[in-house]
Amino acid sequence: MLIRKPSDIPSSEITAKSDYLNRRKFIAGGAAVLGAAAFGADRLGKILSPSETVSATSKLATVSSPYSAKGLTLTSFQDITTYNNFYEFGTGKQDPSHNAWKLKTSPWSVKVDGEVKNKKVFDIDALMKLHPLEERVYRHRCVEAWSLVVPWIGYSLSEFIKQCEPLSSARYVQFLSVDNPSEEPGIRSVDLHWPYSEGLRMDEAMHPLTLLTFGLYGQTLPNQDGAPVRIVLPWKYGYKSAKSIVHIRFVKDQPRTTWNEAAPSQYGFYSNVNPDVDTVPWSQKYERIIGAPFWKARQPTVIFNGYGDQVASLYKGMNLRKDF
Amino acid sequence: MSNRAIIAIKFFAFPACLIPLGVLIYQGFTNTLGPDPVATITHTTGFWTLYFLLLSLAITPVRRLSRRLAWLIRFRRMLGLFAFFYVTLHLTTYIWLYSGFNVATMVEDISKRRFIMVGMLGWTCLFLLAITSTTWSIRKLGGKRWTMLHRLAYVAAIAGVIHYWWLVKPGVHTPWKVTAVLGILLLARVVWVVRESARKRKVAVVA
Repeated sequence: MLIRKPSDIPSSEITAKSDYLNRRKFIAGGAAVLGAAAFGADRLGKILSPSETVSATSKLATVSSPYSAKGLTLTSFQDITTYNNFYEFGTGKQDPSHNAWKLKTSPWSVKVDGEVKNKKVFDIDALMKLHPLEERVYRHRCVEAWSLVVPWIGYSLSEFIKQCEPLSSARYVQFLSVDNPSEEPGIRSVDLHWPYSEGLRMDEAMHPLTLLTFGLYGQTLPNQDGAPVRIVLPWKYGYKSAKSIVHIRFVKDQPRTTWNEAAPSQYGFYSNVNPDVDTVPWSQKYERIIGAPFWKARQPTVIFNGYGDQVASLYKGMNLRKDF
Repeated sequence: MSNRAIIAIKFFAFPACLIPLGVLIYQGFTNTLGPDPVATITHTTGFWTLYFLLLSLAITPVRRLSRRLAWLIRFRRMLGLFAFFYVTLHLTTYIWLYSGFNVATMVEDISKRRFIMVGMLGWTCLFLLAITSTTWSIRKLGGKRWTMLHRLAYVAAIAGVIHYWWLVKPGVHTPWKVTAVLGILLLARVVWVVRESARKRKVAVVA
C-alpha cells in the first residue's frame, strides 16, 4: 500500500451523501402522495415505515490518518449501505438494509472483561471520545470474492486496549456481537452459533491498522454496517470484522469464531486474504469490484489484500496454507 | 386441445420464456444490475435454468392428473430447450466473467471444485438432450433408446440442485425450495410407477 500525504478534503465532502438522503426523502414524499391517491392509507403507511429508509446517522468530525489509502475509487455510499452480509438481519444482500433499523443502538455499552486490569463497561459516547477519530480509506475484501473501498471512521483498537491494561496472560481478544432475536430477525432463521463471535491474536489486535470503527462517509455507522461500533481488519476477509459489538474479552486461549465453528475446513481462525489459498468452494484468485460494470468488475486479489508490507511480519514462519 | 390453439399458446409462451433474459439486458443498459452485476447475471441465469428444468419435469406428473391435460406434452421440448439456453448463458458467465476466457484457469478450477464439476455434468446432460431434441433424433435413435437417453433430464436437475447446495455457505438453507419441488416431482413418478405395477398385477390376477 502506498502511504502518501493525507488529502485536505475528507471524502464526506466529495461524495454527495446529502443528495442521496434527500433523494430518498423526495422519492418517499412523491411516492407517499401517489401511494395515498392510488392505494389508500395502509399503503402509505408501508411506504413511510422505517424499513424503507436509511437509519438515522449523525455527522462525525475526523482528523486525517497516515494509514488511509490514497488514490482509490471509493465505493458509493448507496452500495456500502445496501449490499451487506450481516446474517443477524438475514442472508440476502439487501436484508440488512431492510431489517437493521429494528436494532436499537442507543443506549449502547461495551463490556470489557477477562484477563484485564480494568474490567469495565464503556458507554458508547465515552468510547468514541477516548481518542480522536480518524478517517481511514481501506480496501475491504469479502470471502465471497467481491471487494469495496470504504472511508471508515475510528481509531486504532490498540489505543483502546492500552486503556484497558490487559494482563500478560491475555493472548487473544474476543469480540461478541449483539444477540437480540427480537431486534435481529436473522438470529432465529439462520443456523449459526449466536452470538456472533470473532477473535484476534493480541499482536493482530494491537496492529495499528486494526480499526475500532464508529462511522463511515463522515457520519456514524448505519445499522446495516455494524452500528454503533465494529472492528475493521482490511487484510482479512470481511467476516473477521465483527459488527455491533457489545462485549470484548481478553482471553488466554484462542476464542471460538462463528464461521470457523460452522465449517472449520473452509473458514480458518486467521482468514487472511490470500489468492493462493481457497478453502471455500470458489476461487479467491480474483475479486469483483462492487459498483463496477460487469465487463470491468474482475480484478486479481492480492495477498493480505495489499497490506502485506504492514502485516506480513505478524505471520512470519507460519504456514499460511495450514493456518488459513 | 386443437393444433391451432397450441400454436397460438406457443406464440405467446416462447417470448414469455425470454423475459428473464430481456430483463437482464434492460438492466444492463440502464445500469440497474445492482452493486454486484456479475453475481446478478450469474444468479439469474442459474435460477432460470433450474426453474425451466423443474417446469419441464412437471409436465408428465401434471398430465397424469387428467386425460384432458395430455396436450401439455407439446410444451415439454420448448421448456427443456429454454433450460439449455439459460444454462449455456450461465456457463458463459463463468467462462467470460469469472475466468476471463483463460483455459488454464478453468481447467484448474474445474478439477479442484466439486460444485463446478457437478455443474458441468448438468450442462453436459442438457447439451446431449438439446442436440437430440429433434423429431429426427427420436426416429434415428428409436423411441426406447431416446426415452432412456432423455432420462438424463433427471440427472441434470439433481446435478443443478446439488450444484446450488455445494455453493451456499454453511447455515444457509436457500436451496430448500427448489429441492422440495424437485423431490415432489420425482416422488410423483415413484408413486405412479408403484400404482401402475399394482394395477397391472391386479389385472393379471383377475385374468
